[in-house]
Amino acid sequence: MTDATSRRPPDEAAVRRAVAAVWRIESAHVVATLTRMSGDFDLAEELAQEAFVEALEQWPRQGVPRNGGAWLTTTAKRRLIDTWRRRERLDERYRALARDLEQQADAPGYDPDRIDDDVLRLVFTACHPVLSREARVALTLRVVGGLTTEEIARAFVVPVATVQQRIVRAKKTLGAAHVPFAVPERDEFADRLGSVLGVLYLIFNEAHSASSGEELLRPELGREALRLARMVAELVPGEPEAHGLVALMEFTAARFPARVTADGAPVLLADQDRSRWDRSAIARGRAALARADATGRGRGAYGLQAAIAECHDVAASVDDTDWERIVLLYEALGRIAPSPVVELNRAVAVSMAEGPATALRMVDDLAASGALRATHLLPSVRGELLARLGRGDEARAEFLEAAARCGNLRERAVLERKAAEAVTA
Amino acid sequence: MKYMLIMRADERAVEAYKDIPFDEVIARMGAYNEQLMKAGVMVGGEGLSEADEGFVVDFDADPPLVTDGPYGEVKELFNGFWILEVSSKEEAAEWAKRCPLGPGSKLEVRRVTGEDDFPADNEWIQKESEWREQLGTN
Repeated sequence: MTDATSRRPPDEAAVRRAVAAVWRIESAHVVATLTRMSGDFDLAEELAQEAFVEALEQWPRQGVPRNGGAWLTTTAKRRLIDTWRRRERLDERYRALARDLEQQADAPGYDPDRIDDDVLRLVFTACHPVLSREARVALTLRVVGGLTTEEIARAFVVPVATVQQRIVRAKKTLGAAHVPFAVPERDEFADRLGSVLGVLYLIFNEAHSASSGEELLRPELGREALRLARMVAELVPGEPEAHGLVALMEFTAARFPARVTADGAPVLLADQDRSRWDRSAIARGRAALARADATGRGRGAYGLQAAIAECHDVAASVDDTDWERIVLLYEALGRIAPSPVVELNRAVAVSMAEGPATALRMVDDLAASGALRATHLLPSVRGELLARLGRGDEARAEFLEAAARCGNLRERAVLERKAAEAVTA
Repeated sequence: MKYMLIMRADERAVEAYKDIPFDEVIARMGAYNEQLMKAGVMVGGEGLSEADEGFVVDFDADPPLVTDGPYGEVKELFNGFWILEVSSKEEAAEWAKRCPLGPGSKLEVRRVTGEDDFPADNEWIQKESEWREQLGTN
């Protein structure tokens, strides 16, 4: 490892990995600090990247500095001064900064409160509503999470050039819209925090059930979303929904170890080996939910979904699950965040609590309303209910319809198997 | 991947710490823990009480001999641990290096094994899974 550099000549690959690790931990701070100083997010991101490249060049020769984050920040600040110099804008701001930098030498003052504040501004900037959802996702992973463009491309199964383009365009859009580098004012705070949490949940869901490709799970991406959600929750500790989202992710991630077989096929909730669920993740989920409740502001949509996930996670089996409670939680969720998917899930819970006949009526109403026409969810639930009612032929048709609509190859295989089983049953 | 940071201190570190006000020790560790929390990487951790509250089970004797602390023969004490969820070994090392410890202290960093590290078809591994299940859902 890198500390062995004092004894052995530096192993370049090891130093590269060490630089990448420091980058992962510090890039958000560096970009945030530079954006505050320059008022230019695009420039700040570029300078931070240049500092990173410089670290890759220098650290293998000079060794990894004791405070890598400070090194990166200082290097990026120097480049900022050079940029200003080139632009011949020798204003007082520059002079003050240069003086400041000379005094600090290589150990810039560390003000954790200011850094937190800057990182929070960065999070809100990367998730700004003027950007498309894809752009928010890419920008958040890149500038807040410190992932490389290649890593993001790999996670979302898109070409590197596409991600690059999204990031460049996103930065231009932010610049053109004169998006301020600021934590939103009180009156729009809730909406903007909602956008931030939404982006993180989107990233997590991509890991949880990939919308395309062959891999069902992308655990690394899920962990990254969880890390960022924990980070945001610590930055805004008084916001119940931030903790609710952390809880929801923990409860969901707890089931990851049992969600696929050794050869990668998905395992349905009812068939999962619950002993493989991650108990410590469940404990952390409950702690996060308790923190959400402790704010005294009630549970929001994420808190309620977390509570539903908790019901599953603490049950010894599907039969042992408190389905009545889940039905009530879905009703509450449907009131504050109505959506056809919530209704569909409520129908599934009702089918477990009261039987498939009542649930089928709910699902038929949903179908009649024309909702969820494009996804495989509705026919797949309908197929399940029909199968339980002994209407095998109809069930088969629904499962085949669901399979045809399903983009994930692994999930499609499960639906096709169910279609085959529906007639034999 | 999860890593466990195991804190070890020898007598030198224990002596050195006696010169630092307790409030300061707590403040430094608190600031470090806060950094870990705010980075979203901390998933667990505990400190351990003084050695004189512990004891040793010695397997040189048959049956094993239980003796009171302090650990006369042991040079390094295990004082506490953190469990971090990080993306690489290097990231674990980077966090470990930031721990506010002084000379005489060591952090041992170990990867925490997951179920994937064991043969899933082994009878005892399966039994352990069942025990975990029972403990977790009581």
